[in-house]
Amino acid sequence: MDQEIKDLINKEITESEVCLFMKGTPDAPQCGFSMAVGNILKILEVKFKGINVLDDQSLREGIKAFSEWPTIPQLYIKKEFIGGCDIIKEMYENGELKKILAEKKIQHKN
Amino acid sequence: MTMDLKDIEKHIKEALPDANVEIQDLAGDGNHYSATVTSSQFKDKSKIEQHKMVYNSLKGKMGNELHALAIKTKEQ
Repeated sequence: MDQEIKDLINKEITESEVCLFMKGTPDAPQCGFSMAVGNILKILEVKFKGINVLDDQSLREGIKAFSEWPTIPQLYIKKEFIGGCDIIKEMYENGELKKILAEKKIQHKN
Repeated sequence: MTMDLKDIEKHIKEALPDANVEIQDLAGDGNHYSATVTSSQFKDKSKIEQHKMVYNSLKGKMGNELHALAIKTKEQ
């Protein structure tokens, strides 16, 4: 994988505590799965940066290689890959997501 | 690009022989599926690792021939 893309991804996940690599933007998601994860973060009032992979084809492929994960969206919290849509939904429903947010000291609604 | 339900099941079972696989064609278009996979091989693995095992069984088809596969994994 391209060093330039790797550096870019590292920079994004370092600069923002919560990063969502997604299709579209938080306000105008272009895929239902990206929308679902964005909405969960909004419900929990988590401040996050949405990174639109549709703007950059090399980022779209790069993030898949970086995380060794074949699909978008992908959620990173404090540089750690947390999961894609299915995992985040499941973790939201069973309360694990809140636990991780608390553990990682990310401000959120209780 | 579409993929047959039976093919998905076959690939998963090849990689995880003991797995119980339930697949649903969510939209009836051969393109949006959900799979619930139950296997003893998920024991002591994180959710991310479990899902990666399912993705890996599809040998790169995920995101290509297969547009959407919602995955739920359960330990047996």
